[in-house]
Amino acid sequence: MKDRKSILRIATVLVLLCLAPLFLPSYYTGLLTLILIYAIFAMSLDILQGYTGLASLGHAAFLGTAAYIVAIINVKVFHGPHFAIELLAGVLSAGIVAAIVGLIVLRNTGTYLLMILLASSMMLWGIAFKWRSLTGGDDGLPGIARPNLAFMHWNLHNTTDFYFFVLLFFVIAALLMYLVVRSSFGHTLLGIRESETRMTALGYNVWLQKYIAFIVSGIFAGLAGVMLVYYNGFVSPSELHLVTSAEVLMMVILGGVGTLFGPAIGAGIIILIKNFVSAYTEHWMIILGALYMATIMLAPRGVYRLFKRSEKRG
Amino acid sequence: MEALVVEKLTKDFGGVRAVNEVSFSVEPGERLAIIGPNGAGKTTLFQLLSGMLTPTAGRIFVFGKDITKLPAHQRAALGIGRTFQITNLFLNLTVLDNVLLALEAGGMTRYNLIRPVSSYKHLLGQAEDILRQWGLSDRRDFPVRSLSYGEQRQLEIMLTLSQNRSFLLLDEPTCGLSPEEAQSFVSIIRAFSRDFTVLLIDHDMDVTFGIAEKVMVLHYGTVVAFGYPEEVKNNPQVQEIYMGVD
Repeated sequence: MKDRKSILRIATVLVLLCLAPLFLPSYYTGLLTLILIYAIFAMSLDILQGYTGLASLGHAAFLGTAAYIVAIINVKVFHGPHFAIELLAGVLSAGIVAAIVGLIVLRNTGTYLLMILLASSMMLWGIAFKWRSLTGGDDGLPGIARPNLAFMHWNLHNTTDFYFFVLLFFVIAALLMYLVVRSSFGHTLLGIRESETRMTALGYNVWLQKYIAFIVSGIFAGLAGVMLVYYNGFVSPSELHLVTSAEVLMMVILGGVGTLFGPAIGAGIIILIKNFVSAYTEHWMIILGALYMATIMLAPRGVYRLFKRSEKRG
Repeated sequence: MEALVVEKLTKDFGGVRAVNEVSFSVEPGERLAIIGPNGAGKTTLFQLLSGMLTPTAGRIFVFGKDITKLPAHQRAALGIGRTFQITNLFLNLTVLDNVLLALEAGGMTRYNLIRPVSSYKHLLGQAEDILRQWGLSDRRDFPVRSLSYGEQRQLEIMLTLSQNRSFLLLDEPTCGLSPEEAQSFVSIIRAFSRDFTVLLIDHDMDVTFGIAEKVMVLHYGTVVAFGYPEEVKNNPQVQEIYMGVD
């Protein structure tokens, strides 16, 4: 019964997402595309934050690495789109960065882990900022062409077609991440979140489980990075910056830590607010800060659980 | 061959020697109680045996194999299971999930990123058998947080026991229980199969002497007595330091 209800809910959301471009002006279709991209990013962080209990302020490292790799291949190597290679290279590079960083940092927990992840992502930011010849420095790399998928009758320069392209990857990523958190591997992550010492005493190599979770999370963040660079046609060091990491962390907390779909909603709320408020003032961070405090006070477990609870009551 | 041999095991915390050249051995199937006043180093000794801490010096052998340098999770795989003095469970997960996590530890399902744990029928069946045996079937889907303290203490033992480890390190299993509850624990532990070798820490003398066949007394990290319960009880040094008799 409960399953049928959630299937119905997911189906409704999917239908709405598919119909959205018919009703929305193209500007808002573009905005919704950006929301889907950040939703992938936020959900990938929730695998760490919500399911494994690892706090991160460096998640931009994976998004940014993938974005830069795609940009460099696109602009510097091939001078044009090679989608399959770019996708693979982007996602793999994020996974490799996660594998290297994870090897170094995962012995730490709590605030220490948070700070070390922050430091490692800012190191990548420093590289992107300084290595002008490769990354364009703080000017970034412009002129990244979207993939050419004419054989699928998709013209990705068209806002609606690009939206469906991103929606496809969003659905695949969301489904895969859902399977991961529901899997027996995901089950062990919950155990680690609840008590690492008990897991160790039961005979789990806690480090290894965390390491796998870290790489999986990095790969999905990388996918978001690939989509983002196509969306913007441009990449700059801000993709690797602390602000990006903090923003995605807020999406997760706002939406609901450990709910997977909550952070997608959190991404929607933050992107929308950022968009509307920044039309009136450049101090949109103040509004975001106030909203964040309101969430902590009124719905500390996130918006998603607020919905769920009212549904149960109703 | 002895199930466990400990040789001159020592642990320093900065300038404090918590465990001081402790040596003893345990026969397979034996029940050994470790007693001593607070701060005697009992729990530290358990941490060293289970691998949660690394010793400053000394060696540990399990069935002749040197495990001194092995990490905790590998020791568990070799058969050392432990419970915790302060209840250490997966509080926000259900009772069933807790048992499943104990069962999954042995197999490869923990690396499966796609299949949900509920789809492994043999694990599920095994978990339900265990819950039935312990009379917790009706609590199956309750979060452990909502169980009574006594039930949580019981689950501590259940998780470890369900893994069929050859060694059970029980760190104050009856800590915080009423005398009646503690007595029922004694009968549960006495009923353990002789396949298990049991090391027990407990403050309750009825529990300790109700279970133990051998007793080891620690004081400031040093072994002051080791032997049969009657011998230890009558040891004047033990009476002085532990029982508070002049």
